[in-house]
Amino acid sequence: MSSSVVIPEPREISTEPRRSDKVFRGVVTAGGLSSLVILGLILLFLAYRGYEVLSQEGIGFITKADWSITTDDAANVIESHFGLSAMLVGTILCSIVAVVIAVPVSVFSALFLNFYAPAWLKRILVTIIDLMAAFPSILFGVWGFLVLMPSVEYWGKLINKYLGWIPLFEVKPYFFTRSPFVAGVVLAIMIIPIITSVSREIFAQAPLDRIQAAFALGATRWAMIKAVVIPHGRSGVVGGAMLGLGRAMGETVAVYTVLNIVFQVNWHVLLGAGGNVASLIILKFGEASPYEIKALMAAGLVLFLLTLGVNALANLIVKSTGKSGR
Amino acid sequence: MTISAVPSKPWAKSSSDRLRSLIFFIAAAGFSYALVAATELKGKLAYAFVFFIAYAVLVAGFAFISRGAPAAKDAFVNTLVALGAVITLLPIFSILLTVIRRGLPGIKLNLFKTDMALAAPTDPLTNGGLLHAITGTLTLVVLALVMSVPIGILTALYLTEIKGKFSGPIRFLVQAMSGVPSIVAGLFILSAVLYPITKGYSALMGSLALTILMIPTVARTAEEVLLLIPNDLREAGTALGGTQWRTVAMIVVPAARSGLMTAVILGIARIAGETAPILLLTGGGDKVNPNPFSGPVGSLPYYIWKSFNAGSPEALTRAWAGLLVLMVLVLLLFIIARSLSNRKMSK
Repeated sequence: MSSSVVIPEPREISTEPRRSDKVFRGVVTAGGLSSLVILGLILLFLAYRGYEVLSQEGIGFITKADWSITTDDAANVIESHFGLSAMLVGTILCSIVAVVIAVPVSVFSALFLNFYAPAWLKRILVTIIDLMAAFPSILFGVWGFLVLMPSVEYWGKLINKYLGWIPLFEVKPYFFTRSPFVAGVVLAIMIIPIITSVSREIFAQAPLDRIQAAFALGATRWAMIKAVVIPHGRSGVVGGAMLGLGRAMGETVAVYTVLNIVFQVNWHVLLGAGGNVASLIILKFGEASPYEIKALMAAGLVLFLLTLGVNALANLIVKSTGKSGR
Repeated sequence: MTISAVPSKPWAKSSSDRLRSLIFFIAAAGFSYALVAATELKGKLAYAFVFFIAYAVLVAGFAFISRGAPAAKDAFVNTLVALGAVITLLPIFSILLTVIRRGLPGIKLNLFKTDMALAAPTDPLTNGGLLHAITGTLTLVVLALVMSVPIGILTALYLTEIKGKFSGPIRFLVQAMSGVPSIVAGLFILSAVLYPITKGYSALMGSLALTILMIPTVARTAEEVLLLIPNDLREAGTALGGTQWRTVAMIVVPAARSGLMTAVILGIARIAGETAPILLLTGGGDKVNPNPFSGPVGSLPYYIWKSFNAGSPEALTRAWAGLLVLMVLVLLLFIIARSLSNRKMSK
């Protein structure tokens, strides 16, 4: 009797995903790559539109301060000078003022939230500070212009009176309205929530055993912070400050409302003449001829590269502290 | 005779401690009053500032005499840290109060019933309203939502579910994208879409720029939410024979639903008040524009901007009223997002 045991075909085992999974993975990967595509396109298009102006002006686009265009009756360009140096200097000046004011305030309030405030107060304050980060910039702009500016101008005059011998605080002619200092204060208020929340998160990662060890050795709260929290969070705070710097550099509307834009390089913080790349674009856009628009695109490209660089560096710094976790 | 043991709390403040802080408080207040009166400092802020410094110095001085230098430093920093928190919070309360105080007189019923087609910003407040701005902002937000939510959530899914070889670079790029200045996003759409293709202002152009700004917010929040979903759920889905697609679509995403809503709402709050790209791309009409694909469209930020620049008292009241509406909108969105995400945490 022949035994007719049917031996089943061995089932093929594979890790090959099914078709539905292939489609799914394809779609999700495509979505994931969108950020790369968008950033690439921004770079490409701004460079393409701005190329003509950039090649005509060369390095002068960054080093010169003129911004003028002359056209004849048929709107042909006769002569044009585009230089961003005043705007770049102004952008950097405003954002540095903002960071210098915002960093100490943010670090202190982050310390307060993490190590001083009771839990219920901390929860409320964190919500409020997060909310402040979500406020639209036009709110800060209008409020800064109508409410804050008079006080800040007065502070500017006080600083000038007592510290005017420092070249940075010199004001000649005597004109304080809408200075880079005012714009810097408004920007500082806008970036304080950002730097506070980054520092708060970094400080919260300070190793608990070391904190307890410091207290066990009889340290006061400040001694503990100085010995444990600050060394642990230092580079994270630097990263947060640079995130704030990037945000301050790209801010448009809030700066435009409070800054007096002048095409002249000005390093005097308190003098009412400043510049800002983003505000320049808004200022000139309305009346710009097609050729000037190209110059504005080139300015946008410079701003994009500047903020991208600052942000990338900031993220690298924040990430590396998160990992090392000393 | 019974002796009841009373627990002693050496860390609690005794009444003499309280009295001492009160004396310091009064002394610091007096000092700040004197200093502000004597020098050129002026205003409430000067009082507050001098008060904090004086209080810090007084407390630190007492601590130095009673307990030495380290205690003095500690006491000084205590006050300084509180000052930092106060400085952080002052602007937000000032903003809230100012907007409410100056905006409320501008809130009239006709604000929500008419547009500005037959009125100028400098007209009396009984003329014209916000209707075009509110519908315009809604159009912009909805269009941006339709485009950015799928892309943002797909990006988050790529980072958490597929974890492909590009995960690191993409996470980095999303971070970088969140730092793109809004004006650059506006210029990009201007150069890439508006000039070569449509050649005219429309709500679609504005919402394309807003999409670029919204994607990183949605993607980053959604990623955090998806990371919180326990791996057990994914393993259970796979163990039941589900493909990855079915596991993600039927299990992971529904489990993260309320968190994903939070991500979307935070994204909306981010873009609702965005001004710079709106100024470049939408043209800012004064009439309700029902067609989102052509013709200028008004929006809340544009309306505020226009009224603010018109400068007359009526126009400024309009601007504040617009700001109040915008602020209430952002506030509501934020509260909804918070309560959704809190519910998620407590489950």
